[in-house]
Amino acid sequence: MADIKIGAYVCKGCGLGERLNTAQLMTVAQREGKAQVVREHEFLCNSAGISMIKQDIEKEGVNHVVIAACSRRAKTDAFGFDSVAISRANLREGVIWVQPDTDEAKEITQEMAADYVRMGCAEVAKMQIPQINPSHGNNKRILVVGGGISGMTSAIEAAKAGYEVLLVEKTGQLGGWAAKLYRRVPSHEPYADPMETGVPALVRQIEADKRITVHLNSTISRTSGAPGQFSVDISKESGGTSTENVGAVIMASGFEPYDLKKLPELGGGKSPDVVDQAGLEQLARAANGAAIKRPSDGKEIKSVVFVQCAGQRDESGKHLAYCSGHCCNTSIKQAMYFKDSNPNVDAVVVYTDLRTPGNGEDFYRSAQRKGVIFTKGTVSEVVPGAELQVKFKDLILNDDAVAKADLVVLATGMVANSGVDIDTAGGAPNVEGQKEGGESKVVSILNLTYRQGKDLPLLKHGFNDSHFICFPYETRRTGIYSCGPVRRPMDAQQAIEDATGAALKAIQAAENAALGRAAHPRSGDLSFPTFRREGCTQCKRCTVECPFGAIDEDEQRYPQFNESRCRRCGTCMGACPVRVISFENYSVDTVGYQIKSVDIPDQFSEKPRILVLACENDAYPALDMAAMNKIQYSAFARIVPVRCLGSVNTIWINDALTSGYDGVVLMGCQKGDNYQCHFVKGSEMAYYRMSKIDDTLKGMSLEVERVRTCEVAITDIQRAPKIINEMAETIQKIGLSPMKF
Amino acid sequence: MSELNKVMVEKYRNDFLKEVEANVEEGNWVKMCMQCGVCSGSCPFGPYWEHPPQEIFMMVRAGKREEVLTSESMWMCTSCYNCIVRCPRELPITHIMHGLANYAHRLGIAPKMNPTRRFAKLFWQNIIKGGRVNELKLSIGLYFMDGFSNGVKKGLEMLPVGLGLLKTGRLNPFGLLGGGKCKGASDIHKMLKKAQEIENRRKGFAS
Repeated sequence: MADIKIGAYVCKGCGLGERLNTAQLMTVAQREGKAQVVREHEFLCNSAGISMIKQDIEKEGVNHVVIAACSRRAKTDAFGFDSVAISRANLREGVIWVQPDTDEAKEITQEMAADYVRMGCAEVAKMQIPQINPSHGNNKRILVVGGGISGMTSAIEAAKAGYEVLLVEKTGQLGGWAAKLYRRVPSHEPYADPMETGVPALVRQIEADKRITVHLNSTISRTSGAPGQFSVDISKESGGTSTENVGAVIMASGFEPYDLKKLPELGGGKSPDVVDQAGLEQLARAANGAAIKRPSDGKEIKSVVFVQCAGQRDESGKHLAYCSGHCCNTSIKQAMYFKDSNPNVDAVVVYTDLRTPGNGEDFYRSAQRKGVIFTKGTVSEVVPGAELQVKFKDLILNDDAVAKADLVVLATGMVANSGVDIDTAGGAPNVEGQKEGGESKVVSILNLTYRQGKDLPLLKHGFNDSHFICFPYETRRTGIYSCGPVRRPMDAQQAIEDATGAALKAIQAAENAALGRAAHPRSGDLSFPTFRREGCTQCKRCTVECPFGAIDEDEQRYPQFNESRCRRCGTCMGACPVRVISFENYSVDTVGYQIKSVDIPDQFSEKPRILVLACENDAYPALDMAAMNKIQYSAFARIVPVRCLGSVNTIWINDALTSGYDGVVLMGCQKGDNYQCHFVKGSEMAYYRMSKIDDTLKGMSLEVERVRTCEVAITDIQRAPKIINEMAETIQKIGLSPMKF
Repeated sequence: MSELNKVMVEKYRNDFLKEVEANVEEGNWVKMCMQCGVCSGSCPFGPYWEHPPQEIFMMVRAGKREEVLTSESMWMCTSCYNCIVRCPRELPITHIMHGLANYAHRLGIAPKMNPTRRFAKLFWQNIIKGGRVNELKLSIGLYFMDGFSNGVKKGLEMLPVGLGLLKTGRLNPFGLLGGGKCKGASDIHKMLKKAQEIENRRKGFAS
């Protein structure tokens, strides 16, 4: 932009005036930072300070503003000026709160502050004012995939909020597994007895709601587009496809019970009188409150044994490795079916660890009161026969025991219907064991036309990756939210809450998309990535590394950004080897020029410079909090917040080292299965790229210790400053960089 | 096997838990145990029990009638009430232990030589006689519990203590001749007899 007018404002409040020479900072802003308007104020965030800045914006034509005051995380409301580019030089949390207030420290504290002012001016000079994404759609209809209890709840909740809903169900009727239950685990006081499933009422509610359109016997054969402008093909089983446009998608495709035939040692498939929990529901529905009869000979069941964790929490690798969460409560409920119809039926639950989430503890107690026997033990074998024998080891009495029963119920757990695993392309088995013998075919649920694959990425055990630590509904496909047991194992009550949350997230996504803004976690961000087409080498790294699959390929094999799918993490920008990808307010230059603007004292000054690239979501707030606690760290550190460590382009490291920085510290979030990265894969990508930095360093004849990448959580208030200090010590040991000119 | 024991075995075939619920004091609580083990961990005598309370409860549910009723374990309880205070399911564990011990004793299958049981018997016989404990007779009875020569030995061992008690007026030598009974001891006998009748009727013991 030709007519950039930079205004730099230095605050003297919060002790800045006493600790720093603000006049010198103003000179730096003017001479080095090229700020045309430079002012200081006693208290910049008060109404007089703010109106001073506003006046400059209106009367003087200042359109790029540098606030040299507190952290960018503080006073965001006061310093939130519309339609100007803003940069914040962090003099309070970044300088005076982390340096000692002594005469000896005065000089280097002032140098630190001056550098932050230089960095602020350099950043703002390269920033542009974001314009709204021009290719945004404004469809706000919600598509719900799956008509089980989760899908129905999502549909009802979205409709209640005033949104049109398309509900697509694979089978011929709504209700899913919940409709096949005889009763449900209670969801309200006194949590003592099984309760009605409530499915018929939900179905009636959906049928009566004009805003909800139901497609039965239908699947999704194609999904393309982006939030606010998805285009979806709905195919009927009988043939025929209709194309619909929607704004956001909720995937509630549910689960399948783990196949009990895979448990022959527990009698699965060997005896008709060994059933899974779904099988027992069927028997209970047939009995409808009367005595439950067993499948083999129709005899009234007088004794029943429930085997918990059948094929679950398995350490051998043959079966499910996880706990499905609902089965303990479900077995308790099913044991009550027997006790409620005839208290003289022997109902024994053999468990290793009874886990009753929610108010299940009351339900458990109620079952004990009804006379259900709970035995802690591991079942080794179920011997089929007219009277089944359950052989188990009693873990309390350390005893081999046998329980005899007319019927055995295996709690086999949930396998997610999450579609194809796009990471092991071609639909390899998503759960070990489940596909043994290859009898079950994995079918895509969404059939996305995205370059990265047809379905939502999985995290582990075949469940959708849905940021389970911080943002449970967020999947890695913007505008598509998963809920219910496809996300993690859960019971009906949890699925209902989950579905409500997902409905709200879907609405949020559609609304944000219609405004051309980013969705979570940079909610409201108007910037979006653009690329310089003539510089692109079509290497595809951006399309592969985007954690959200936002980038496709156009006909000429150039990246196609699908701005509405973008979360603005900048991982593509960090990936680009030719640096053609940028955001209006965040680019290789906005950070690169900050790095270059820092004053580098010569090799003999004994004043090293440490560049810290800190994730703005976790590491930067951790450092801010360290400052609030007055935890000091090296005055030689210069901290640059980045959107995500994934956005770090290695050119920054290169530039920093060649321009004389003595050390570089990268602070990102935890990666791996227990990731905390707001952008899921960003920190992992950064680690991957940085794993190759050693060669670069060696090529420059620099010590590899000069660059360090570490995982920092928002709670690492003591550790983050310590990492900086460790780098300062390392530099003291190995000496200053020889690359200073 | 006593007559009463035979009757009970017959009546509650294969269902020891029901038998405990019906006949043991606070026995209806046994089914509510959730096997957390806090009772066993809290018991100051825990390490000396063959089967700590948690195990006893599991054995009751597993139908191990003989093992439970002939066990010495319940007799180890000193009524410190630590388990009751700590049980998250609020089971009256101390009472159940005494209830089980008492039930085994009634059935005649409690361990014959268990010292707690023998002391309890001595104490009971002593107290019901006059409605008040005759301490001298009780202690002498205890000394001679394991035969005459043991009694003399124990008595001589305790002689200095006895003389000390005598000197400070804490021991009445005439207790040996009887006396110290409360007024209306025969009424107490009547009350106890009636109570026994009521209990037997309630619990269905043939009397």
